[in-house]
Formats: sequence, C-alpha cells, structure tokens
Amino acid sequence: MSKLEIKDLKVSVETEDGPKEILKGVTLSIGDGETHAIMGPNGSGKSTLAYSVAGHPKYTITEGSVLLDGEDVLAMSVDERARAGLFLAMQYPVEVPGVSVSNFLRTAKTAIDGEAPKLRTWVKEVNGALDRMTLDPSFSQRSVNEGFSGGEKKRHEMAQLDLLDPKVAILDETDSGLDIDALKIVSEGINHFRAREGKGVLLITHYTRILRYVQPDVVHVFVDGRVAESGGAELAEELEANGYDRFVKAAASA
Amino acid sequence: MTAVAQNLAEALEQDSVESHLHPQGSFDLEDHAVPSGLEEIWRFTPLKRLRGLHQDAPFADGAVKVETELADGVVVEALPVDSPYRGLSGLVPTDRVSARAWAAATGATLVRVPAEAVVDGATVLRHHGTGSEIASAGHIVIVAEKFSKATVVLAFDGTATVADNIEIVLEDGADLTVVSLQDWADDAVHHSTQHARIGRDATLKHVAVSFGGDVVRHDATAEYAGPGGSVEMLGMYFADEGQHIEHRLFVDHNAPKTSSNVVYKGALQGEGSHAVWIGNVLIRKVAEGIETYEENRNLVLTDGCQADSVPNLEIETGEIEGAGHASATGRFDDNQLFYLRSRGVPEDEARRLVVHGFFNDLIRKINVPELEAKLVETVEAELAKNVLKAFASADAPAEQG
Repeated sequence: MSKLEIKDLKVSVETEDGPKEILKGVTLSIGDGETHAIMGPNGSGKSTLAYSVAGHPKYTITEGSVLLDGEDVLAMSVDERARAGLFLAMQYPVEVPGVSVSNFLRTAKTAIDGEAPKLRTWVKEVNGALDRMTLDPSFSQRSVNEGFSGGEKKRHEMAQLDLLDPKVAILDETDSGLDIDALKIVSEGINHFRAREGKGVLLITHYTRILRYVQPDVVHVFVDGRVAESGGAELAEELEANGYDRFVKAAASA
Repeated sequence: MTAVAQNLAEALEQDSVESHLHPQGSFDLEDHAVPSGLEEIWRFTPLKRLRGLHQDAPFADGAVKVETELADGVVVEALPVDSPYRGLSGLVPTDRVSARAWAAATGATLVRVPAEAVVDGATVLRHHGTGSEIASAGHIVIVAEKFSKATVVLAFDGTATVADNIEIVLEDGADLTVVSLQDWADDAVHHSTQHARIGRDATLKHVAVSFGGDVVRHDATAEYAGPGGSVEMLGMYFADEGQHIEHRLFVDHNAPKTSSNVVYKGALQGEGSHAVWIGNVLIRKVAEGIETYEENRNLVLTDGCQADSVPNLEIETGEIEGAGHASATGRFDDNQLFYLRSRGVPEDEARRLVVHGFFNDLIRKINVPELEAKLVETVEAELAKNVLKAFASADAPAEQG
C-alpha cells in the first residue's frame, strides 16, 4: 500500500525582499498504484512542490500537511523521508566527487533497508539495474554524477529508483534535456517501477512528450502555485494542442 | 667580445630572474636577518609560535629518535658534516630557519638508491620526537641514482621542535616517490625545507601529508638538471583547532620539456585552524615546451577557520605546452548533503562520504600502498573530532557494508 496525501500545502522561500510564497495551497492525493502527472509552465512552482515534499532546507512550509500512508512526512528529516519510502529524482542531480556510484548505491540501500544488502545478489541487482538503463557495469566505478552527460544523470536516477524501491517516486522533470532514445529508456525505467505492486508516481514535466510512454492516471495542470485543473489523459492532449494560455489567463484574472 | 661570448652572456643574463618567487639563497647566516613577520615569505606564519627557530634558539641532538625500515636494495648511511653529498641537490637556504638548520647540523643521513635498482616496498625513516624543549636540526639527502626506482617515506610523530633540510636528487631516468608524513602530536613545531633536483627524464612524486603539530611549515621546491624531467607534488592536510599548517611550493622550470603537476587538498575544522598554501611556478625563458598545472582545494568544515591559498605563475616564455592553476575554498555543499540524504543516508554518514570523497582521488594518486590505510583512517579519526561530534546523540549511523 502507498498513499501520498498533500493537503493545502503553502511554501515560501527567503528572498532579498523577505519571504515569497511559491506554493499557495496545493492539494492532491496519489492513491495506491497511481501515476499522476503534474504539468505547468516555468515558474509555476512544480519543482518547489517536489523539493518541499522531499524536505529541501531552502523551502519553508507555512501551512498544510503531507502524509505518506498516514504518517506525517513534514515532521521527518530529509533522510527519514527517504527511509519512509519517498524518492525524489532530481532535475539536476548533484555531483559528489570521489564517491563511487557503487559505494553510493550500497550506502543508500543499507540506510533504507536498515541492513547491508547481501553482497552476491546485490552486485547482480546493481548490474541489472544499470543494464536496464543501458549503463555499462564500469559505470559503478565512476564518481556520482561527476562528468556524467545529461542523459547519464537521468538514467542513473532511474537506476536508483529501481534499486532503492520506494513507495512513492517524485520525478522532477526527469524527461527534460533528453533525446528521444534516452527518453524511451528512462520511460521504460519508470514503467518497470510502476509495474510493481502499489507504487505511486508523481511525474512532474513541462512537456507532454513523456506521457506517450508513461500513461498517467491523473493529469494536474499547475499554475501559479496551485493545481488549476485536474483530469484524465485528455487534459494532456488539450495542453498539447492549446498550451497553458487558458490556465495562465484564468489564474491571472482570479 | 666575440659573438659566442656575447651570446653566452645574454643567455646567462636571461637566466637570472629577479623575482620574489625566487629569492637568492645563502649559506651565510649573516645574510638572513631575523624576520619580523612583514616579509612576503613570512607574512602568514605565526613567528611567536616557532619557539625561536627563526631567531637564535639553540639546537642540540638527541630529542628525535630515528628508526629505519629499509627496503631491499636501498642504502642508508650517516654522513659527516663535510660530506660532498651535503648540498648535492643545489639547495641553498633562502630563509633564516633553513640556514640555521644547515649550520647547526652535525651530519646528515644519506638514503641512496643504487643505479638501476628497482626497489619493491617503501624505505621508511620513522622520526619520533621525545620532547619539544630543545630544538633539533635535521639533514637528509635522498639520492636516486640513474634509472633506479624506489619509494622513501619520512614519517614524523611524537613531540619536537624541528628545523630540517631535506635534499632530493634524481639522476637521469630515476623514478622516485618521497613522502613526508607529519603525524605530530599537538604541540610539535616543524619547519622543513625540501629541495629536489630532477635529472634528465627523471620522475619525482613528492607527497606531503600534514595532520598533526602546532605549527608545520614546509617549503618544497623543485628544479631540473636537464630536459624531460617531471614532478608531481601532492599534498593532503587536516588543520584542527588552533593549528597552523603551511605548505609553500616552488617549481622552477629551468629546463625545456619538463612538467610539473601540483595538487594539494586540505580540510579545516575548529576555532583558529589555519591552512596556508603558496604555489609558485616560474617558467624561465629557456623552458620551452614545458607543461605545468597547480591546484589547491580547501574544505572548510566548521566556523572559525582560515584558509589562505595563493597560486603564483611567472612566465618568461610563451613557447609552452600549457600552464594553469586553480584554487578553491568552500564549505560543505548543502546540495551534496541534500542529495545523499534524499537517498536515505543519515546526515553524519553523508558528511563522512563527502569528506572521504574529497580526499579519495588524491589518496589514489598518492598510491603508496603502505600509506593508504593510514590516510583513510586518519581522515576518519579527524572527522570524529568535529564533523561527527555534533551527531553523536543522533541515531546510530547504519553500518557500512
């Protein structure tokens, strides 16, 4: 079972002119086994939502709640959230020089499971996950994200998703900057994860392109720090045809 | 004047470079006034804590015990004070401490790698300080004869007040690794002048590792005796509360087709910890086709630390392969910590990973198997002092597999 409930979430960041509200009351609920897509124009607060739920210190939650299977996520530290079953695939994964992918994956897996993985099966699992992302086994000897191409970074994020096996994955523009081949590989990674029992996915994207490969159950249009409209896959088709204009204007006149 | 003589005179003139990077040395103590601290070469050093090494503190033998672990094929012997080996590297003291140590030394230790000997394992000269009241003057001459290959480690621990001169001579085609490991107790003072002369097509790896000591100041310089020589100077340090660790480097590209690569990395923690890195490179007119790169990185782990990092490059010819430098001093990167923690890794474990990662590629480059475990352990022990202390009460970190 996995259910992520975000209720009336308000988030601000510190700026030179004082705190600025980015999320203005976000409510959405991802049920057991569901995939939700969040689409919105630049600056609408999509990434802020992802980072706030993951607990990035830059963002201050001023109101609202986030529950994962009924547990208060906002009361947890960043690493506790991950251990509770949340995973954030980042738009710009961070370089950690001198720390090998292999060491990183093992350390993360150990932290999440509370015990070290069995060496024999683990190496096989890692190689399998890398192989699904068409990454060579030698990839695991490289430093985390250092010198990776844009596509390698995203495929590395998906390999982590595969191995760490969270309850709910938040994918922040995992599709951006990818050519069509890399997009297909990454989409296969997401679908491989979704095929498991009861996994939730919150897919944040700027483009409808990825939705041809990863079919969402629900599409939310995100404008000006709020969910402006929710619907099925047909909403994505409307966005594809007409863009965000209708929603942006509605938000501006609201 | 004949044309030949004139050319020669011009060539010699071009070779004499007026530069603060390259002060004129002298064996005569009279030429080295007691520094006031305002001099360029002394401005970062806390003179008051040098226990008079820079003034007139008396030297005596006996406070530092030396044990030697000899690798097969290497010769170690005591040299009389008038031995021609003294000064073989071309070392001429450029500061008062070095000149005083030279004058006070009652002999020297010779470490000789015979011609064409390829030596497995490291030769270790373990210096153990037994007291800091009386200053010691040291002198070691390391000679790698033609086409030999060896590793020599100078290790220092215990407590002492030491000024020494270390000479490193590489004959043609020699391949030598020299490690100077400062693992002193908290109250040691160590001023070391290390000068290398690198023969034609010879390769020196010089490694300075400084963890302990109250004041550790190292001058490491390199020059070439012919074309094709290369030097890699690697440094690793951890400056703790109140500690002053200073590494001053000078590579004198005085021969064509030579190369130098300098990488120093350090971490600082605790109130009053001070790291200084000066990286000087001179590319003389004659040094065409050379390649040089120097880099210093500091990781600041707590408040109250000071890191000074000054790269200097003086170029007299444009006909070179490449010359560059980089210097960066930074705190823990919050984004790195967030990334690791977002994968479930607890904060203390995340910090540990980042610091080990910071030093890892350097330890790999040092590549002295006898030292590797020691270096990793020391990083871990240093981390325990501050970085992880704050988390002592938090959840126990997950065991590393």
